[in-house]
Amino acid sequence: MPELLIELFSEEIPARMQGAARDNLKKLVTDGLVEAGLTYASAQAFSTPRRLVLVLDGLSSESPTLREERKGPSVSAPEKALEGFLRSTGLTLDQLEKRADKKGEVWFAVMEKPGRQAPEIIAEVLEKVIRSFPWPKAMRWGAGSLRWVRPLHSILCLLSDEAGSTVVPLTVDGIVAGNTTAGHRFMAPAPFAVTGFEDYAAKLKAAKVVLDSAERAEMIWHDASQMAFAQGLELVEDKGLLNEVAGLVEFPVALMGAIAEDFLHLPPEVLQTSMKEHQKFFSVKNPKTGRIEGFVTVANRETADHGETILKGNLKVLSARLSDARFFWEHDLRLVKSEGLEGMGAGLVNVTFHNKLGSQKARIDRIEALAREIAPRVGAQPDLAAEAARVVKSDLRSAMVGEFPELQGLMGSYYAREAGLPDAVANACKGHYSPLGPSDEVPSEPVTVAVALADKIDTLTGFWAIDEKPTGSKDPFALRRAALGVIRLVLANGLRLPALETLREGASRHPEPAKGSIAWGANEIIEQKEPAWFVARDVLEFLHDRLKVFLKDEGIRHDVIDAVLAMPGSDDLTLVVKRAEALSAFLKTEDGGNLIQGFKRANNILTQAEAKDGVEYSYGADVKFAEAEEEKTLFAALDAAEAALAPAMAAEDFATAMAEMAKLRAPIDAFFTAVQINAENAIVRRNRLNLLSRIRQICLSVADLTKLEG
Amino acid sequence: MAAPRSFQEIILRLMTYWASKGCAVLQPYDMEVGAGTFHPATTLRSLGNRPWAAAYVQPSRRPTDGRYGENPNRLQHYYQYQVLIKPSPPDLQALYLGSLEAIGIDLNLHDIRFVEDDWESPTLGAWGLGWEVWCDGMEVSQFTYFQQVGGHDCHPVSGELTYGLERLAMYVLGIDHVMDMPFNDPDSPIPLKYGDVFRQTEEEYSRHNFDAATTEMLLRHFEDAEAECEKILSFPADDPNTGKRIVMAHPAYDQCIKASHLFNLLDARGVISVTERQAYIGRVRALAKKCADAFVQTEAGGYVAEAQA
Repeated sequence: MPELLIELFSEEIPARMQGAARDNLKKLVTDGLVEAGLTYASAQAFSTPRRLVLVLDGLSSESPTLREERKGPSVSAPEKALEGFLRSTGLTLDQLEKRADKKGEVWFAVMEKPGRQAPEIIAEVLEKVIRSFPWPKAMRWGAGSLRWVRPLHSILCLLSDEAGSTVVPLTVDGIVAGNTTAGHRFMAPAPFAVTGFEDYAAKLKAAKVVLDSAERAEMIWHDASQMAFAQGLELVEDKGLLNEVAGLVEFPVALMGAIAEDFLHLPPEVLQTSMKEHQKFFSVKNPKTGRIEGFVTVANRETADHGETILKGNLKVLSARLSDARFFWEHDLRLVKSEGLEGMGAGLVNVTFHNKLGSQKARIDRIEALAREIAPRVGAQPDLAAEAARVVKSDLRSAMVGEFPELQGLMGSYYAREAGLPDAVANACKGHYSPLGPSDEVPSEPVTVAVALADKIDTLTGFWAIDEKPTGSKDPFALRRAALGVIRLVLANGLRLPALETLREGASRHPEPAKGSIAWGANEIIEQKEPAWFVARDVLEFLHDRLKVFLKDEGIRHDVIDAVLAMPGSDDLTLVVKRAEALSAFLKTEDGGNLIQGFKRANNILTQAEAKDGVEYSYGADVKFAEAEEEKTLFAALDAAEAALAPAMAAEDFATAMAEMAKLRAPIDAFFTAVQINAENAIVRRNRLNLLSRIRQICLSVADLTKLEG
Repeated sequence: MAAPRSFQEIILRLMTYWASKGCAVLQPYDMEVGAGTFHPATTLRSLGNRPWAAAYVQPSRRPTDGRYGENPNRLQHYYQYQVLIKPSPPDLQALYLGSLEAIGIDLNLHDIRFVEDDWESPTLGAWGLGWEVWCDGMEVSQFTYFQQVGGHDCHPVSGELTYGLERLAMYVLGIDHVMDMPFNDPDSPIPLKYGDVFRQTEEEYSRHNFDAATTEMLLRHFEDAEAECEKILSFPADDPNTGKRIVMAHPAYDQCIKASHLFNLLDARGVISVTERQAYIGRVRALAKKCADAFVQTEAGGYVAEAQA
């Protein structure tokens, strides 16, 4: 079975695009070939900065012949019918066959689509793939019209088997496919011909090109960590950087250098970020001091001087970069010393946060006020929370964050310490952005929590007030993330935060929402509520939606959450989750499942009776009208349950409450088996309906079980 | 090839090299610009279908980068070396690497890398794809295939090379502070360093740009330039004096360049807020687009009169 080798050789492909390009090439070519009737045994794709490569093994040499038969009109049918059939099949009358059918003779069209040779199919598929390749950004070059990520120079397209290899005839925008490629740009630039993948891989290796990016990454990691280890140091792991660097070189050569003494006092994060962002250096740590003391750079070649010139050049650039970083650091420290951290942020008054939500300073003022209100609810000192809120964004005006935005928060912590601010404030600078994602660590220090909540709630209520809510996949202000942040902060810290009131406080500092952007009290008594309340209610609903997604990931069914959210106190997220967890566990027990059935039966009978009689049966069941033993037992069981449930519910011990409720299962089942609710005697009937109502009340006191499915 | 000994020798070698590769060696544009790209030999000539090959030095001004001559490699006035070839030749990367060799960079000892860097000029309504070229981790050039300029698709595509001359020369000459770099041959009877030529002007302009430039006047001039640009373009194509078709794309574009530089000065004076910034950039871009629209209506821009067509 033949092997197909494709190489698309171009100018340097951006490192970040190579992985997806490999996958796309493999998928698009194999899909195209399979669709055209070819089969293959295995496929592998590779990339270097200058080439995308695909090799297919066990490719069939032609597509099968396809035969299609179509039944036409009867031979005796009118001419029109026959004409139509000829038109639809594209055949002439003499090409049709007459065949006997149950109803007489009928015209048959037998169409044969002959199989095609692999080269023809490959050429067609590959050209289409090249012309429509899904690069994130593509370009034209020269006077041509082809689009590729960077100018495409050559196409190697070779079919080979035991008998030898042949070039697949193909021309794309003037580029004629062949069997040649070139080696490393500097170390082995001469073109060479290949006969198949094995030959290609071997010759590339000799021409100083490591084809497989995973192998390049492995080489880099291995060499770099060995070098560090040899000096008693350790390489700081960075998978993203490793992949990127592996996409920047065809022949990786790791070189290690030391950071000059004058820069070692800079915060390690600053050293690391500067080296990574500007120069794609790995950081090397001294495990004894914990400091970043060295770096590894990866060159794309070997040199006669073993990289000495290259390392020297890199050191020079590093020194210029770190001089900048040191300049920023010293500048910022001076500013903090003279103006304080709050003074550093003075310019935020001129920075627009959002044109409808005012400046960053206006935002900070809102967050400060809100943090002060939240503080006592999360165990933080209000003054301290307010102090933290005033300075947590100040570092946005620092020279360092201006250069490295990813250091926001962290620099604030450093500067807060330099300014002599309390630890709680310094920690809030770094921590108040957290949690940033579903797996990010959740802060627990009360001051940080207060500011983090205030920050997120201000954002949520603000964008809701100006009607910039997330829609579908669009969430430009990361409001889903902010909502998840609120949820995780509350839950992880077991906070009993009255969310609706807190959201209302947040919303009250924003412009009033425009009519129509918020459901202005469709079923509510509008005059009693201020606009902020409606914003708060809508944001709470959004929080509930995100909570459902969050709990679903924890294995809690959505109807369980609905049953819990229908209860009062649903803006207390900690309570909601406690209740939902207990209910979810309860439903998994046998008693639990059966009790729900009993409840539903009671509820149905009751609802029907109430509808029919036009009254509500909610009070007055009396044991003296009980006739059957099972009825009396149920009375006793309900008395016992009510007595046990009350303290458990008061203590929010939902597990105990539900266990108590579970004890009702047997008496309820027995009652339904033995007793007819709709008794002849009206008094007995009413008494029984009122008894059912007690079941309903008890059951509904833990959650709205009517929302449960099944 | 022997190593160059001075800043000017590096410039001369680049001139000689690109002349030998067929480029017209032009002189700097006689207006204040932020980068070599603003020279009409790049901005306007990258439009239309006529072939073009030019190389030139362009003094460039970035008022916000002023450091009073103290920073080792930041200047408010510096030189860019610019090459523009249309259509981009297939061996442009090799030609470029040849230019590095010409200025004394031994490709066998250094690590040259093409690292993704997409270029975009919001003020020119232009973008392209390419790289920043690294030599041993140092960015020494920008390499761009123009895709769009002034809102027009580039057809054919121009290849643009921009060398930051001071930085590149400092690297080649092994100098740590730009002011210490030999400007002419160090063995000349009167050896001059970069600082002898530019330290004082860096101080003067830094002070001027940050503190002295009169913002009200700059704002007024910005609006004048904007109005003048539009006015020039509002003239009909046919010139009543000569009876010829004369679309005044270049004079209009001069006003666009002026507006752009005035905006940079205003920015350095810190009087433009974040929101306003976008609006100003948008206004300059609108001018650039109109100039591009006008240029493609000229002969150099590929316009062919209907009678001749």
